[in-house]
Amino acid sequence: MTLSLSSHLNPKKNQSKKILVPYITGGLDDNWLEVLEAVIAAGADAVEIGIPFSDPIMDGPVIQEASQKAIEAGATPSSILGALAKQSFGAPLAVMTYFNIVHHAGLERFAGWLDEAKVGGVVLPDLPIEEMGDWRAVAKSHKIETVQLVAPTTPDDRARMLCQEAEGFVYAVGTMGVTGVRSSLADSATLIGGRLVGFSDKPVLIGIGVSNADQARQAAKSSDGVIVGSALVRRLLAGEGPDGAFKFVSELRGALDELSG
Amino acid sequence: MNVMGRPTSRGRFGEFGGVYVPESLIAACSELEEAFESSWIDPEFRSEYYRILSNYAGRPTPLTFVKRLSEKLGVEIYLKREDLNHTGSHKINNVIGQALLTVRMGKKRIIAETGAGQHGVATATAAALFGLDATVFMGEVDVKRQELNVFRMKLLGTEVVPVSSGSKTLKDAINEAMRDWVANVQSTHYCIGSVMGPHPYPYMVREFQRIIGDEAQAQFNEEIGRDPDFVVACVGGGSNAAGTFAGFASKENTRLVGVEPSGGAAIGRGTPGIVHGMRTMLLQDEFGQVSEAQSVSAGLDYPGVGPEHSFLHSIGRSEYYQVDDDEVLEATMVLSRSEGIIPALEPAHAIAWVLREAGKIIPFGSKVVVTMSGRGDKDASVVAELLKDKLA
Repeated sequence: MTLSLSSHLNPKKNQSKKILVPYITGGLDDNWLEVLEAVIAAGADAVEIGIPFSDPIMDGPVIQEASQKAIEAGATPSSILGALAKQSFGAPLAVMTYFNIVHHAGLERFAGWLDEAKVGGVVLPDLPIEEMGDWRAVAKSHKIETVQLVAPTTPDDRARMLCQEAEGFVYAVGTMGVTGVRSSLADSATLIGGRLVGFSDKPVLIGIGVSNADQARQAAKSSDGVIVGSALVRRLLAGEGPDGAFKFVSELRGALDELSG
Repeated sequence: MNVMGRPTSRGRFGEFGGVYVPESLIAACSELEEAFESSWIDPEFRSEYYRILSNYAGRPTPLTFVKRLSEKLGVEIYLKREDLNHTGSHKINNVIGQALLTVRMGKKRIIAETGAGQHGVATATAAALFGLDATVFMGEVDVKRQELNVFRMKLLGTEVVPVSSGSKTLKDAINEAMRDWVANVQSTHYCIGSVMGPHPYPYMVREFQRIIGDEAQAQFNEEIGRDPDFVVACVGGGSNAAGTFAGFASKENTRLVGVEPSGGAAIGRGTPGIVHGMRTMLLQDEFGQVSEAQSVSAGLDYPGVGPEHSFLHSIGRSEYYQVDDDEVLEATMVLSRSEGIIPALEPAHAIAWVLREAGKIIPFGSKVVVTMSGRGDKDASVVAELLKDKLA
């Protein structure tokens, strides 16, 4: 059965528990499903699975490298979702990909693959709300939740609207830039967290540029939690595997739990 | 909607175009749209734009009847001489427009992608002229094959960033420019070099390039007293073609022909897809991964195409054909030797198509305008290598 983002994450927000959503690139290594299990075992509240795209304009060098490596290893949308379909996982899953992957498969067909894979949510960073109509109609009919991204440059009235339209959680873009590991948390991350929490009854998670336990703790102070991608994927590219992923996600979990009410 | 009039709301040309960008860029696309819309109807902006194109870039460019080639082929060929613009190609028309907008928006930095380096050089030139900081992204493969243009950009004071991801060509240079724009959007204008990207770029760049077609249409009518039978231009992203076609789109008796490289024929061999902010015809694999184009011409080495071309093709207003690298090299030699005009490899595609189709698709006696989008200096080392046996 598909675990939905909202039914799993809303109670945590309501209990003031900080939410942790790691990102991994689907099909990155043969052991990527073990990595997925390891991050869930380490305390992930949900996991974002990247379906790699050849031209990821919202991603920095780490995710680009992982995407290219996965594509070269033969990862395809159907191979990644097909692998997920064969197992069950203890946390809700969301897919993060670029819209051409969905468009090319066909919206209805792609939604069907998500159903079979028990994936309850999607993040499509190059599909702004104005272009999202067709996808949302299909997604709703499959009970798939579509996350909305809100950026530091998004004006308040639009940010309010996006928080209203968001399903699952609000993806607060923590810094002006692409995904990547950064040495310190941008001021914009705490600013956007504080701004959006006031607009949203759904969990507001800060992503992009949240790179370690300290930064996660700092970002989660002004929000409901964090999304951590490049810092984890960098460890996977370095060959740290499920054990390294477990250790890193456990550190993040520990840092967030210090803040949880 | 009028053919080649305004796109519909949010930049649609039929089912093509749109604004497929990250939320971080939405505000910048709206800001640019407003700046362009208000400027383009502002007589002061227009006169400044035309003044610079005239006094600085050398417009209007001539329409040259090429007598020897015409006699040889049995069709009358007129070249619209964008190769005679300052910096050597039509790219300056667009860049002057966007540089003026950059100043109007109060931005101090301009970034661009470049394939052949012509748009990069034009951007570097405008940056120098307007006192803007400039960074140009260029695939590593192109940095090597267009080294003259890399040098020109550096001499003009522009930072050139080689891009080593993906195919290391134009597509990847655009990815990297977009990533820079996401990070620096508040201070930086992304000066896209073709009729591609998210709205308002495809529309705006076509409007900044329509001076090619408007001039050619007036010049041709002045000289011949009617409209041409064919208008032919090469298509990568498609800016010189869009600018040329815009002057003739309402002339029903003029056939509009875009010539794609066979290794990068998005319209000829692609399917609808979404990349670089737009929905358009795209070379892609069965999973939706974008394919790598393969062309001798760095400027046309692109797996997508401007969305308006996808639309014009879908309604049958313009036609798109392909030529291969060998035909292009042959055309480069033929035009050089019959007319004393060395074309860039990009417009050599348009010439190659005319050479092949004279007396076939193009009936004998037809009058044909071909846009000579740029001059061949930049390609000297590439062409010298490929033609070394013939020129020995």
